[in-house]
Amino acid sequence: MNLLSEIGRFTLFMKFVLRKPEKSKVFWTTTFREMYLIGIDSLLIVILIAFFTGAVTTIQTASQLLSPSDLFPTQLMPKFVIGAVVGTSSLLELAPTVTCLVLAGKIGANIASEIGNMKVSEQIDAYEVMGINSANFVTLPKIIAGIIMIPCLIIVANFLLLFGGYLACKMTTTLTSSDLIQGARLVFKPLYLKVMLTKSVIFAFIITSLSAFQGYYTTGGALEVGEAGTKAVTKICIFILFFDLVIAQLFLKS
Amino acid sequence: MITIQNLNKWFDDKHVLDNINAEFKPGVANLVIGASGGGKSVLIKCMVGLLTPESGKILYGNQDFIGLEYHRKQNLRSEIGMLFQNTALFDSLTVQENIEFPLRMFSKFTPEERLDRVNFCLEKVQLVNVNNKYPAEISGGMKKRVGIARAIALEINYLFCDEPNSGLDPLTSRIIDKLLLGITQEFNITTVINSHDMKTVIDIGEHIIFMFKGQKWWEGSNHELPNARRENPELDAFFKASF
Repeated sequence: MNLLSEIGRFTLFMKFVLRKPEKSKVFWTTTFREMYLIGIDSLLIVILIAFFTGAVTTIQTASQLLSPSDLFPTQLMPKFVIGAVVGTSSLLELAPTVTCLVLAGKIGANIASEIGNMKVSEQIDAYEVMGINSANFVTLPKIIAGIIMIPCLIIVANFLLLFGGYLACKMTTTLTSSDLIQGARLVFKPLYLKVMLTKSVIFAFIITSLSAFQGYYTTGGALEVGEAGTKAVTKICIFILFFDLVIAQLFLKS
Repeated sequence: MITIQNLNKWFDDKHVLDNINAEFKPGVANLVIGASGGGKSVLIKCMVGLLTPESGKILYGNQDFIGLEYHRKQNLRSEIGMLFQNTALFDSLTVQENIEFPLRMFSKFTPEERLDRVNFCLEKVQLVNVNNKYPAEISGGMKKRVGIARAIALEINYLFCDEPNSGLDPLTSRIIDKLLLGITQEFNITTVINSHDMKTVIDIGEHIIFMFKGQKWWEGSNHELPNARRENPELDAFFKASF
């Protein structure tokens, strides 16, 4: 029942958010500022996480597939398989899902507490009294900015995952970088790119809209603003994982 | 002129506004007073559309605000200015940008015209050299003045002030009172002030509504207060408690 009422409230909230902006010049100025905050300000954390995750995934996959085993003779395992595993998992899961889970913490908490703070300090009420659709004014630029910038961050993350793996290969003797590249190219399908981009757009919407929704309905004071940030991140993570499963089922079901 | 007819508002089973009828005229300071929980903040929030009453009418001129269609309501709102209790200045914008904000949204002014209007409003509230300061860098009294300047940036017809003197020292409170009265008379706007400050009530309360337990308990002017206090124990108790 509680979930249903939350869905209802979210739908009503989105009904106000997805209206034509009051003044397009102000709207686009705000959207460009949000694009900077969401995209450029998140670049460093995305670079670091993608690079190290790529390197670690390559080393661990190589370790698991090439270590001596009674079940499977490792000498029969072509080394490019490691590249295939790393390349595919980067494209399908690590770049979109892991990056968005990290961005949920960074962008989601930030948006929820920013709007929550505006709510408790009556700034949202001030917009309303002026005759501005506050839900639209504070949320839509963030959603548009997220939908444009988060897929870009995920594309960057995907390259850096492979770059991290590439450098990890250079540091070890078990796998060559050409094995990695060959494997990644061998199994690449345009469908995987489509899945990655679909995930990134949907996750971007989830991160920005859910966090804004959580912040917009904050009541109370500083404690509740903090709680709004925490609740937003938790909900975003749950929804990202749920939609990750749904998208995988829809696109990759064989 | 704002007319309120048979206004009722409930929060769950609590009747917070009980059949309120009132008229607020332009050019005079209309004060809504009463103890906390008496319904005065709810009344103001209903009047500006932040809360929706269960029944009754709020007439701005001849237009029923509650029944207005969304876009017409938004248009009417651009004629309304409000000074919030905590000023509600946009903390990421400078003083100038705060005052400029309604002009950017609702006027066709050029940047130069906007700056002229900002300076005019700042002059009206007796503030100088604060254009580039952020709200966090100015005092409480200055924030209130910036709040008033932002509220009058557009040529408004209605001004609402929620506890304009809260958190201010007596001297600054008097300055704010004078500013509000001056602006009300100069621009002939309908000003509704929700206040706890008895000095304000006595000084500028040409039209006072005393709210008690969600009802309009007494209505009159500051000149009628001494007699009213003798006849009305609740009003008298409120005044005694305030001093």
